[in-house]
Amino acid sequence: MTSVLPVPALELRGLSKRFGDKVAVENLSLTVPTGSFYGLVGPNGAGKTTTLSMATGLLQPDAGQSIIHGVDMWQHPLEAKQLVGNLSDGVKLFDRLTGEQLVTYNGLLFGMSRDTVAERVADLLKLLDLESAAGTLVVDYSAGMTKKIALACALVHAPKLLVLDEPFESVDPVSAANIRDMLTDYVRGGGTVIVSSHVMDLVQRMCDHVAVVSAGRVLAAGTVDEVRGEASLEDRFVELVGGRHHTEGPSWLRHS
Amino acid sequence: MVATLLRLRFLVLRNSLRRSTWQLIAVIIGAVYGLGVLGVAVLGLVALSFAPQELAATVIVLAGSAVVLGWIVVPLIAAGIDQTLDPARLAQFPLPMPKLLVGLTLAGVLGVPGVITTIASLATVASWIRYPAAAAAAVVCAALAVLTCVVGSRMVAALSVSLQSQRRFREISSILIFIPLILLGPIIIGVSQSVRNSADALPQVARALGWTPLGAAWSVPADLAAGDVGAAALKFVIALATLALLVLLWRRSLAAALVSPHAAASKRVARGKIGLFGVFPATPAGAVAARCLTYWRRDPRYARQLIVVPLIPVLLAFYSNNMHSLTLLTLAGPLVAFLLSLATLADISYDGTAFAAHLADGVRGRDDRLGRVVALAVIAVPIVLALTLITVAIAGAWHELPLLLGLAFGALLSGFGLTSVSSARIIIPVPAAGDNPFKSAPGAGFTTALSSFATWGILILLVLPEIVLTVVGFVTGSALIGWIGLAVGLVLGTGIAIAGIRIGGHQLDCSGPQLLSRLKTLRGA
Repeated sequence: MTSVLPVPALELRGLSKRFGDKVAVENLSLTVPTGSFYGLVGPNGAGKTTTLSMATGLLQPDAGQSIIHGVDMWQHPLEAKQLVGNLSDGVKLFDRLTGEQLVTYNGLLFGMSRDTVAERVADLLKLLDLESAAGTLVVDYSAGMTKKIALACALVHAPKLLVLDEPFESVDPVSAANIRDMLTDYVRGGGTVIVSSHVMDLVQRMCDHVAVVSAGRVLAAGTVDEVRGEASLEDRFVELVGGRHHTEGPSWLRHS
Repeated sequence: MVATLLRLRFLVLRNSLRRSTWQLIAVIIGAVYGLGVLGVAVLGLVALSFAPQELAATVIVLAGSAVVLGWIVVPLIAAGIDQTLDPARLAQFPLPMPKLLVGLTLAGVLGVPGVITTIASLATVASWIRYPAAAAAAVVCAALAVLTCVVGSRMVAALSVSLQSQRRFREISSILIFIPLILLGPIIIGVSQSVRNSADALPQVARALGWTPLGAAWSVPADLAAGDVGAAALKFVIALATLALLVLLWRRSLAAALVSPHAAASKRVARGKIGLFGVFPATPAGAVAARCLTYWRRDPRYARQLIVVPLIPVLLAFYSNNMHSLTLLTLAGPLVAFLLSLATLADISYDGTAFAAHLADGVRGRDDRLGRVVALAVIAVPIVLALTLITVAIAGAWHELPLLLGLAFGALLSGFGLTSVSSARIIIPVPAAGDNPFKSAPGAGFTTALSSFATWGILILLVLPEIVLTVVGFVTGSALIGWIGLAVGLVLGTGIAIAGIRIGGHQLDCSGPQLLSRLKTLRGA
């Protein structure tokens, strides 16, 4: 029986990357179905950022492929990048521009017309509660505002796939809820989102799929219910990754 | 606790050297250079013991005062001179102020410049060896002088931190301070000329300096050797009071610096004002050009490159005045063109990891290159044109105009092509946006100089036809050669610029991700 499988939004095949003698990502394969809200969870140093950088064309993999809606990122980077909106962790922004200029800049880099860019920039600033800070230099933004303006930059060209590395870090709860609503709406409208996060609770509530990554490998992947089974995602995660200590902490830290 | 601070300082130095071979090489070269200077200084000071007392006093007081002045001025220029024990980073620990002061002072004395200054100061003991009392005093005074140097420089650094907590002020001041340094050549020539005219005045200058905080400590042994105990005692008090005052000021500004972190000076414009992004064509290349030009205005690391624009003509005017020939002055246009065209030879290093946006947004290398060249051209072309026209008008050498324009624009256009290729290859450690633009990571100076000199050499080769034509034109005075020079400069330059944008763009397409990886490893270097 041959059924035509829909093209996945993101397909990683055998990605590997080593830095010196440290293996960051080892033969990692992952399929993100179109229209899914995909969570990528793992402990610190699991290779999440490295994986997402290789998926979005920011870091050359030693081996493996990243295919976005059928377009190979490393064979046809310009076509593939048009399909992706990327919020990467650990890179700076052109922070001597105002917030509005920065989003406009990213829109123009994607080759969009000035009018379209202006309209979308206005919408995005409103959506992310950044209207009052539109004319302030990004260097003077707080950490949370910087995250939000980076998110606006990732969205401005209406990508089919959003790759967000730690999007909720230092974002206040109200903005985080707004962003979550917006992402849910985006997925409902046919988009695909992949987020990396440490916050299991958030992933369990927000995502429909999840992959647990540790030491550069996928330990479990599938729908959230498949992965967590009967347990909560957090318990399942700790069980998969290990390394939980059942100690009370050193005695000198107890003051009573 | 003081020992812990010292250990920390050396640990950081060792680890940062271990990270990069180039830094290690740069430090070794610096040490060799320092040792050479030190050797000459010590030999000179020992030799002074055979000189007349009056001469020894003059030399030691003058040189010593210069050293103290140097120590105090340097932190004004290079805020990043030694951030190993940045007081701001120590703020979170409950360090009592006296211990912090002692620790920071000792760390300063034990740095490379501190050790060299200490050894050279102690060498003055040898200069006074024929006068036992003076030699004994020299030991104490050498220590006093070294402490004055170190504490003085720390005080100025701490003071400038509290002054500079406003970003805009910090950015402007760090550039303005550089101007007198570039003019140092003419200043030294002027001073040395007046000195030559009045070499007899030097002992008087030294005697006067001996009564100031700069020279007091150095002149105590000299007075003892001359038998003037009263003056020596008074000067010793001046030196002690100077040190005490410096410590007091340092303590106060450090205390202030520890509790008031950098305040953000918010600059804001109305919504909808997207500045140059509304002026340039709405294409990727146009956007890059608009962004670069915005940075030329807002980022002092770019603005700093423009210092050469007023300085080169002033320097040339000075020297051509000295040589009674205005020909030199007319070279201002070509020289500024040469220097400005290479202003962005490591442009992507200045972007830092923000370059990731170009990569993630799928900007073609060619558009990236073209945008950067256009931004530079918008600034450089009017400047070069104006400078050439004005200097030619002053010199009244209109017949040389075509030749000079050919050389200037040949250099500018070839430089555009060359930087388009070099900035897609060269990643050098540069100060982060917002840091002092003259701050440099240890070792960065060396790699930067190496790549700059290499690029300069290549540019000279590329402009060789124009240079040869200019020389021939100047010698023969032929108008025809002048027009040929203009044509060659424009045609050859344009060709090189286009080729450079193509080659550099292709290179960027291939090596963009590697460049980003290298930028990431540089962060914090």
